[in-house]
Amino acid sequence: MNPAILLGFVMALAGEGGDAGHIPPQVLIASLYVFALAAFLGYQVISRVPPLLHTPLMSATNAISGISLIGSIVIAGENANTLSTILGCTAVASAMINVTGGFLITDRMLKMFRKKDVIQGEEKTK
Amino acid sequence: MTEANYIIEATYLVASILFVLGLKSLSHPDTARRGMIMAAAGMGAAVLGTLFHPSIHSYLWILVGMIVGSSIGIPMAMVPMTAMPQRTALSHAFGALAASLVGVAEYSIRGSHMGPVKMGALGFEVMLGALTTTGSLIAAGKLQEFLRGTPIQFKGQHIVNLLLALTMVGLFITWLMNPGVPIFFYGMIATALIFGVMLVIPIGAADMPVVMSLLNSYAGLSSAATGFVLSNNVLIIAGTLDGFSGFILSILMCKAMNRSITNVLFGGFGATIATDTGATGTMREVSLDDVAVQLAYANQVIFVPGYGMATAQAQHAVRELGNLLEDRGVSVKYAIHPVAGRMPGHMNVLLAEANVPYSSLYEMEQINPELPSTDVAVVIGANDVVNPDARDNPKSPIAGMPIIEVDRARSVIVLKRGKGKGFSGLENPLFFKPVTGMLYGDAKSSLSSLVQAVQKV
Repeated sequence: MNPAILLGFVMALAGEGGDAGHIPPQVLIASLYVFALAAFLGYQVISRVPPLLHTPLMSATNAISGISLIGSIVIAGENANTLSTILGCTAVASAMINVTGGFLITDRMLKMFRKKDVIQGEEKTK
Repeated sequence: MTEANYIIEATYLVASILFVLGLKSLSHPDTARRGMIMAAAGMGAAVLGTLFHPSIHSYLWILVGMIVGSSIGIPMAMVPMTAMPQRTALSHAFGALAASLVGVAEYSIRGSHMGPVKMGALGFEVMLGALTTTGSLIAAGKLQEFLRGTPIQFKGQHIVNLLLALTMVGLFITWLMNPGVPIFFYGMIATALIFGVMLVIPIGAADMPVVMSLLNSYAGLSSAATGFVLSNNVLIIAGTLDGFSGFILSILMCKAMNRSITNVLFGGFGATIATDTGATGTMREVSLDDVAVQLAYANQVIFVPGYGMATAQAQHAVRELGNLLEDRGVSVKYAIHPVAGRMPGHMNVLLAEANVPYSSLYEMEQINPELPSTDVAVVIGANDVVNPDARDNPKSPIAGMPIIEVDRARSVIVLKRGKGKGFSGLENPLFFKPVTGMLYGDAKSSLSSLVQAVQKV
């Protein structure tokens, strides 16, 4: 595996959750490392996706960025105040739309990209 | 950190790895599906882990949100493939909305007790999220044709937009300096919501691939900013991957049109074109039987689909004709321009849906060298992407845009609804070339009639 990827994950572990108030400097620095390495990694990985799969790529990254669901879940369950609970609940719903819808439609699309012999085989069995 | 926190962090690490592996698998259609199932499993692990977060006191509203979200998300995954662009635009809106709501909620809980760094990230997240939400909704409205697809422009638009942008950033900075005054924060959100609308309305439907990619990028960056606010690394990683994917796609789409991002955003292409290239002459209309004979006795036929194929839902008819020709021994290929359609890869998905094997789908660079030795090139509802003016006329508004050089083929058949101009409003000299024959009518019914005519040959 690319050493940069490994380093990225090590840094990902290093950032501890500072949940209240200020962001401690070391956490911020770790976050910046994660961001920079993820950007680099993203560039490397995504440039290799052929134009053939650009629509599934867009729906896949959409589904993946539905990970903001985990932030929404904590806020919706925290019961801090009425406003935050309403906003949290709405955020959970919006993020959930992307997670369920995104992964399902990506899979539906990817199922359609098939080799010639696979398609011909299917048509013969029909 | 408590024990629970370590377990949660472990699920996040697993999710991050699986997301990267999932995207990596998209480099080939054979591995893609398995990879995305892994990514979905990663998402499942992260969500499951989060449910054990020590700050969670009640599961009621989490459950409500999840049920509501799933009951909207699952039907949204069932839309027909022709509706992919508007569906994707809508999901950009939901992603950005989720990120900005998390930001607003976080501010309502912590108030002014956040440090300046956290506030900066939070403001950025909410601002970007808000403008992406409304911008994506407008894009979806245009694609669904609730709104006019043509650019909406008025005098002084650039100045209004500039003022809006300055107000938005000004409020952001004022809020950073006065963290206890929420009016600046909410004012910033309101301005961002309006700015999102203003940003997308002047952009024409044919430029949608770029806009879609940009909104994708913004939605991702907004998620990444959420990660900074919550000091959550999996959010940063996933958001950054999304943001960069959108960014790379925007650049690719701009390159495929030989335009800069600024030009797409502020150019208002399609509304102000008056410089006609003076391509005149007569368009030669051809008969169905004539086309059928040409196709049936060709050695190689290349289909070039455009957005017109999507609107006519003609992908299945194209494939039927393609199969028929292949059975007769004709080599059939499909040439896809990067900006054909309304989003990156739009045409590929439609043809794959119609059971065209992916090995028959060719990129522009692969197919162009083959066109001179091609007997018939069939253009289905595409216009600008085959306009030879882009190559030959340096004064053309689309000069320098790479095109699929169908005019180099021995014969070109253009399937077109009527004699009008394309979405960009440009006259296409291809239609007047002696090599070109025009077949007017709805693409789907023309193709079905061609199938019957070829069978009789």
